Amino acid sequence: MPTQAPQTVIGTLNPIAILCFLLFVVATLGITYWAAKKTKTASQFYAAGGGITGFQNGLALAGDYMSAASFLGIAGLVSTKGYDGLIYSVGWLVGWPIVMFLISEPLRNLGKFTFSDVVAFRLKQKPIKTAAAIGSLVTVLFYLTAQMVGAGTLIKLMFGLPYESALFLVGGLMIAYVLFGGMLATTWVQIIKAVLLLGGATLLVILTLNHADIDWSYGKLFQMASDKYGSSFLEPGGLVSDPLDAFSLGLALMFGTAGLPHILMRFYTVPDAREARKSVFYATGFIGYFYILTVTIGFGAVVLVGKNVIMDIDKGGNMAAMVLAENLGGSLLLGFLAAVAFATILAVVAGLTLAGASALSHDLYVGVFRSGRANEKEEMKVAKAATIGLGITAVLLGLLFKGQNVAFMVGLAFAVAASANFPALLLSIVWKRFTTAGAVTSIFTGMIVAVTLIMLSPTVYEDVMQSAPKKELVAANEKVTGIEKALKAADITPELKASKEAELTIAKAEVVTKKAAVKPAPFKMKNPGVFSMGLAFLMGILVSLMKREKTAEDMFESEKVRTYIGIGAEGSSKH
Amino acid sequence: MNDKTPHAILEDPEFKELARQKNKVSLILTITELVLYFGFIGLIAYNKPFLARKIAEGSATTIGIPIAVGVIILSWILTGIYIFWANSVYDEKVKRIKKRFGG
Repeated sequence: MPTQAPQTVIGTLNPIAILCFLLFVVATLGITYWAAKKTKTASQFYAAGGGITGFQNGLALAGDYMSAASFLGIAGLVSTKGYDGLIYSVGWLVGWPIVMFLISEPLRNLGKFTFSDVVAFRLKQKPIKTAAAIGSLVTVLFYLTAQMVGAGTLIKLMFGLPYESALFLVGGLMIAYVLFGGMLATTWVQIIKAVLLLGGATLLVILTLNHADIDWSYGKLFQMASDKYGSSFLEPGGLVSDPLDAFSLGLALMFGTAGLPHILMRFYTVPDAREARKSVFYATGFIGYFYILTVTIGFGAVVLVGKNVIMDIDKGGNMAAMVLAENLGGSLLLGFLAAVAFATILAVVAGLTLAGASALSHDLYVGVFRSGRANEKEEMKVAKAATIGLGITAVLLGLLFKGQNVAFMVGLAFAVAASANFPALLLSIVWKRFTTAGAVTSIFTGMIVAVTLIMLSPTVYEDVMQSAPKKELVAANEKVTGIEKALKAADITPELKASKEAELTIAKAEVVTKKAAVKPAPFKMKNPGVFSMGLAFLMGILVSLMKREKTAEDMFESEKVRTYIGIGAEGSSKH
Repeated sequence: MNDKTPHAILEDPEFKELARQKNKVSLILTITELVLYFGFIGLIAYNKPFLARKIAEGSATTIGIPIAVGVIILSWILTGIYIFWANSVYDEKVKRIKKRFGG
């Protein structure tokens, strides 16, 4: 079906977008220059010297978490799938209370710069730090790959800039922020970006609600959506078909947040546990508000602009927010929001790079290779080399996976975080009998099971590795459904019915042929969380029970005092 | 404070009570959040028609919409409850214990 090219300037060079983006780059590089002068020690590099307030860290946490993928992706999901998009946005938020109730304060009180510090607090440093660093790096690399590929694609869609140039630009800027400004610059980049993103999304929602047809009524907005796309658009659809799979996804989202290294690392930037918990309160508020805005934007886009226009530009609906911005505020608002989305990508990859670099330098180099005996200068040198190395790796991964469907990698990052990082972290805080062997087994079990099951799941085994035959199978299935629908029509003539039935037989045969061409995935679920996380806990507990570790049990006592009242933790991020 | 302090604190009844209370509050709030979210997922999995009901006669808005937004807002309120308790009760007790042990 030929479609008319939509009237849009999306994908062309937009002078306002470039101007806004340049302003952001100049401002953030200015901050980096200022931060560089204050970033001399390891504590300043990894944790901004512990001098960030709870409110600032709340904004920065929100900045780390609100990626361009969630801004554009959730608006897109809502505008193409309606209510199912809303289900996703709820899932992305519910991990935060868990972070607060179980993790934030002990993490702040027991660790120094990374969550491995906490797991290794009373266990043997070398094996734990090796395992935890690998868990961190795997999480960070999957997340980073998804962000980089998304960055190249989005920037190409929004600015018309070639994919490769976009990657070099993102890579170069993020290395500059982290290398020279460390955590202080990264935090302020996050704060600026969070304010811009929240402000931009708020503006877009105000303009949407102010539209004459909506007139500040959500009732009218939903009424219009229902009139245009049927009442099923406001009901749960096919997203959750298998309850166990849905439960499994829920587990990964909920506990994955509490195992993301770049999020956990932020708790060392505040002076104490009190500020750490405050920052989660602010972050949860900002993120929840942001998702409500994003859902409104999705409905606004589909009602005011239309599904066809949105899907013409990008089949996944990723440009829904941008299309709406152009519709309501012209190229001025579009340019501003495009620049904000670009800034968002930059800030998130900078945070990830810093987390990866600290796993390499603080955990692996200092903790394992130098047995904790490296001096400040040496650690900084390694941290900076690791930053450059990771930045280059990120660009290379982006180039390697160009044009691939990498959306599953975000799910994988969450699954690994929930299965490899979270169980070991939680058990080390709450369970006296937890041992080194138990922790190492738990981390590797969670990681290996999560990665293997995702590779064997329909998402990767069929959709990614056999993408061409799978697409044909989906098309053949859709054809059958279409014919069956036509057959059910009440006013069908006998002749038409006969010809449709003949078509149906052919179409069904086609499905059988196409099905034979696709090797079915050995693991039927899309989300492995329930197995990978369950096994990680189980193995961690079983192996710990097999052989006691006296020193770890003895130290649990002093750990307890520190966990609950913070004695001995005050100076942990100041030297 | 010296090396013996942690042990003295551990044996302290007020500290024991503090740790117990903290665990209880964390556990109750965690379970509430789990019930809230997995209750929502359960409704989607097992009772779609309920979520598809309209909030009022003649309205297009389904019950599912305020419920989903409600889960987001309640999650945030739970973090608020924790903060309120921690700032007003927990921190005060920590301060008292630290003072007694000269921390």
